[in-house]
Amino acid sequence: MARTGGLLASYDYLDAIVDAIHDLRKAGFRELTAYVPFPEHHIEEALGYGQSPVRVWTLVGGLTGAATGFAFTTWTSMDWPLITGGKPIVSIPAYVVIAFELTILFGALSTVIGLFWNARLPNPKPMVVYDPEFSAGRFGLYVVAPPERFDEARRILEAQEPAELREDREGAHAR
Amino acid sequence: MATDSHRRGVLIHPDVERYSDVNRDVLKILGRPGLGWWFLFALAAAGVGLFFGAWGIQIVRGIGVSGLMSPVGWGVYVTTFVFWVGIAHSGTLISAILFLFRAPWRQSVYRAAEAMTVFAVMTAGLFPLVHLGRVWHAYWLFPYPNSRFLWPNFRSPLVWDVFAVTTYFTVSAVFFYLGSIPDVAAARDGATGLRRKLYQVISLGWRGTDREWHHFGKAYIFLAALATPLVLSVHSVVSWDFAMGIVPGWHTTIFAPYFVAGAIFSGVAMVITLIVPLRKVFGLEAYLTVKHFDALAKLCLLTSLIVLYAYVTEFFMAWYSGEEIERASFWNRLFGTYWWASWTMLVCNGMVPILLWFRRVRHSIPALFVISIFINIGMWFERYVIIVTSLHHDFVPFAWGVYRPSLVGMSIVIGSFAWFGFWFLLFTRILPPVAIAELKEVLPAPMRRFRKVGGH
Repeated sequence: MARTGGLLASYDYLDAIVDAIHDLRKAGFRELTAYVPFPEHHIEEALGYGQSPVRVWTLVGGLTGAATGFAFTTWTSMDWPLITGGKPIVSIPAYVVIAFELTILFGALSTVIGLFWNARLPNPKPMVVYDPEFSAGRFGLYVVAPPERFDEARRILEAQEPAELREDREGAHAR
Repeated sequence: MATDSHRRGVLIHPDVERYSDVNRDVLKILGRPGLGWWFLFALAAAGVGLFFGAWGIQIVRGIGVSGLMSPVGWGVYVTTFVFWVGIAHSGTLISAILFLFRAPWRQSVYRAAEAMTVFAVMTAGLFPLVHLGRVWHAYWLFPYPNSRFLWPNFRSPLVWDVFAVTTYFTVSAVFFYLGSIPDVAAARDGATGLRRKLYQVISLGWRGTDREWHHFGKAYIFLAALATPLVLSVHSVVSWDFAMGIVPGWHTTIFAPYFVAGAIFSGVAMVITLIVPLRKVFGLEAYLTVKHFDALAKLCLLTSLIVLYAYVTEFFMAWYSGEEIERASFWNRLFGTYWWASWTMLVCNGMVPILLWFRRVRHSIPALFVISIFINIGMWFERYVIIVTSLHHDFVPFAWGVYRPSLVGMSIVIGSFAWFGFWFLLFTRILPPVAIAELKEVLPAPMRRFRKVGGH
């Protein structure tokens, strides 16, 4: 199957890339990838992001941790019942500490797994469509364009005065 | 907007104009280390040798060589354990709590502070093992299905401590690593050869795409939100190791907030102690300005007042309770065998920080460095006072005794500072010690609309 090619533009200015994203989306280009040196909410807004599903991972992980904490302490106490300090076998207030710590632990680890899952990390693919400038200060924008719309995409990208424009007709990006 | 740009101007020196300037200034630190670094590293490595040598002697000859003897079963090891856990706390405060509060001065300081947290917990975590005596039984601390299905006693604060400290280490290490990923990617883009391959693996192939940042931002907020209650819980749990016992001087409800405030106090002081040389040696003056030191000094001042208030409350409550043994214990603190330790603590933690009320002191980096060292010493002695003076002089005069830390014990304590320094020195060479990506958030974004005539 032939891969769809695309174009990679680098911009020096934040408003330039934001305008380019708006224009491309208006023209119907849906597969855009922005490369940003730091979290930039203008770009996320332009690309139309909603809520990140990572929050569900955090919630589920936290609740699992709390349940595990209470269940484990209670089960082990019942498994070998031994009265210490005149306290009940199942001493809920004391177990709150364990349940609390496990809520945090499971919640944090689950958040990280959620991040890796959703952001597709680790990413061992060769970095073909990338420029070291993207981690320094430039904003990159890659747009997937079918051959018949290649020149249209190019025109829109060029209208915002990119510092550099690279063609990727073989679709190395998709690799 | 006006106040915003004003703030930005003070936090980073105006010479830093472009995003790529940040990469240039931070990444040059990762180059070839100078002679000074090698000297410090050799010193730290020797100290690590001292640590493990002394521990080896203790393992072979038994815990008796540490000087621990009834009635003082908790000596310098537990003191140093609490000290290092406390140091860790301010790193999480700066990286997580100030992140949630959106304090803009946090950006330059937090990576070093976070690294300090991870290494301080690594150091603290050694002390329960050292203190165990029979270290080969360390795994008994964890609940695991053993042959007789015996489980730990979850009503014991010592078991809570195992859970709190392991969770704290895991979460702070994860938080630290995650925050470093984009900066390691930046380091990768500036590196060549083997270093580049290494950074590519550490950065997990990060490219800074919109998808990556979108989920990263969310995950980071949630981790910060989880780390915030965690940090408060960890030192509370550590304080309950004491407060749950009926020993006079320990058995008070004030301990949890008192320990948390003390932890942040000592930790902020340690941050100052670490970043003053870091700034000087690596030429980060443009990023760590007087404004940052001023903010750290104010945090120190605030927590020192809370700690001083806790000291006063402890003494007042001992008197007001009318409890003879409690009163005797606190009288003994000030005027007994260990009077020098208590007065060191009071002077270093209560008196010296008074200087921070003066703007001139807060704006003088050498003065802050000296004060921070005093606070570090004072906070170590605080834990020493709480542990040793309470144990050596409890209920029955017949059971009283005097504890003197032995050479082996003190070697392990001193070696722990070297162990911490060892990791911190390695960190400054391998990972960017200042957050590259987040510093860029403080810089004004380049806009075509405001393009300078003639360009850069």
